[in-house]
Amino acid sequence: MHAMKIKEAGADRLFTIVNFCVLTLVMLIVLYPLAYVVSASFSSSSAVLSGRVWLWPVEPTLDGYRAVFKNTMVVRGFMNTIFYTVAGTGINLLFTVLAAYPLSRGDFRGRNMFMLLFVFTMMFSGGLIPTYLLVKDLGMIDTVWSMLIPGALSVWNVIIMRTYFQTTIPGELLEASQLDGCSDFRFLLRIVLPLSGPILAVIALFYAVGHWNQYFNAMIFLKRAELYPLQLILRDILVQNEINIDMLGDAKTAAARQGLRELLKYSLIVVTSVPLLVVYPFVQKFFVKGVMIGSLKG
Amino acid sequence: MTKLNLWKDITRKWQLYALFALPLIYIIVFKYVPMYGAQIAFKDFNVTKGITGSPWVGFAQFERFFHSHEFWRLLRNTLVVSFYALVASFPFPIILALGLNYVKNERFKKSVQMITYAPYFISLVVLVGLLLQFLDPRTGLVNTLLGWFGLGPYHFMAQASWFKSIYVWSHVWQNTGFACIIYLAALSGIDPALHEAAVMDGATKVQRMRHIDLPGILPIAVILLILNTGQMLETGFEKILLMQNPLNLRTSEVIDTYVYKVGLVSQAMNFSYATAIGLFKAVIGFILLIIVNQTAKQLKQESLW
Repeated sequence: MHAMKIKEAGADRLFTIVNFCVLTLVMLIVLYPLAYVVSASFSSSSAVLSGRVWLWPVEPTLDGYRAVFKNTMVVRGFMNTIFYTVAGTGINLLFTVLAAYPLSRGDFRGRNMFMLLFVFTMMFSGGLIPTYLLVKDLGMIDTVWSMLIPGALSVWNVIIMRTYFQTTIPGELLEASQLDGCSDFRFLLRIVLPLSGPILAVIALFYAVGHWNQYFNAMIFLKRAELYPLQLILRDILVQNEINIDMLGDAKTAAARQGLRELLKYSLIVVTSVPLLVVYPFVQKFFVKGVMIGSLKG
Repeated sequence: MTKLNLWKDITRKWQLYALFALPLIYIIVFKYVPMYGAQIAFKDFNVTKGITGSPWVGFAQFERFFHSHEFWRLLRNTLVVSFYALVASFPFPIILALGLNYVKNERFKKSVQMITYAPYFISLVVLVGLLLQFLDPRTGLVNTLLGWFGLGPYHFMAQASWFKSIYVWSHVWQNTGFACIIYLAALSGIDPALHEAAVMDGATKVQRMRHIDLPGILPIAVILLILNTGQMLETGFEKILLMQNPLNLRTSEVIDTYVYKVGLVSQAMNFSYATAIGLFKAVIGFILLIIVNQTAKQLKQESLW
């Protein structure tokens, strides 16, 4: 008996050690590329180009960041993206709450029919071209509206929010309020929304991530460069490798230009990604709720 | 209930309908109008004549697509890349969740979670940018490493044979952490009494994992697998588009990217042809979803709707 217990403890200890090692390895695999990018962005261009950066910045400089912030395209793109994200997320939340609340009410006549109408759009869509033609016919091409309105609502998020309302707002609360003469508008505004902080935070984050990272809609709907969001400018520089020569103005020789070009990419990646990476840990504790509701009860 | 009472009931709750009006209009305009517009797949669309005014051509656009030399290549690429991604990304979130579940140290657990979630928030443009930087034949980290062993340099992004693996494994890197949330939640829902009883009976952690945790999360795993199968054809089209270059097109061109190119990029923009190809995929996807949901019902699993 005694011997057995020790053997088991041994097996468990081995498991704990292996588990710890595996998880650490996973963490490193995820973290290393990110850490490398940050270090490279602070290193000198010659160090980046000759592959001398491994973990820590080599010959630290801010050259990359200086080049990034000196570029008017990038700065304007950044501002545009902030606008699209804030305005777009606001519209998204409004539409989602407006759709989810009535659908959460058992006494909302026609809710099954409306639900079907909504859910069907998740399974079948008219496709890229008809949507493009619609946006074009509405005169939204090359306006900020094309960045805000066509994606105003995600049915998936409506379902998550509806389920949250159904499961966390007690029916008695509605009955009591109605007896006191509270209207549906008031009830939603004064009772439901204040009780829905966590889900609003998660859904707002999901929408905001979508706006911040959006490039495709901008690519097909926008033509004027002054409306471009950051991701589209980033695409030209990172993926198409098209860098405006003005951005490299300081560099004299061809080699220095080549170096700055690479350095600039790393700095741009950091500048673009940091805002979201700073925000999500604050909302992280609500993820479980949002994800659970969405996948199980949808 | 009589018609009059029904009307009364609705007018009494007019505020609910007022709230619902805006989203309803949105869904009709931005989701159902394009479905109506998809009829141009059966027409020879002409901008001046408009959607309704253009002449019908029946299935001519579809026939053209089925007979084109692109058809089999597109279909094969779409299916292979979807299936590869589906299968490869399935087990890792489960393994990660099972491992995290046995971590006693809260701080270590929180750190692993926070770090593995991070890539989920990185944009596709940045992700593909990272791939290009790391896999660059001259300055990339991967080739520098391979160089130490006397290998390479390889021009990974320019080789058609590498495309699918790069696509799929970068997807795994980006999404595993976030996808594991749901399994962690499911694991926390398992009755602790089961574990206590198992410990009393002298079960090791591996045995508990095998006989308690795994069966505990199996239903969710099956549901998610089914759900993902239904969405399978929704290939990460925006990412593929970013990863494409003339050298890897042979394996990287999928139906969605082709629709985009035929409809919106090429010189001879052909809205009808592109819509027909898109509609073909949408119908296949819809059928897949129905089949998958029926299977789920027969498995007596929770169904999609």
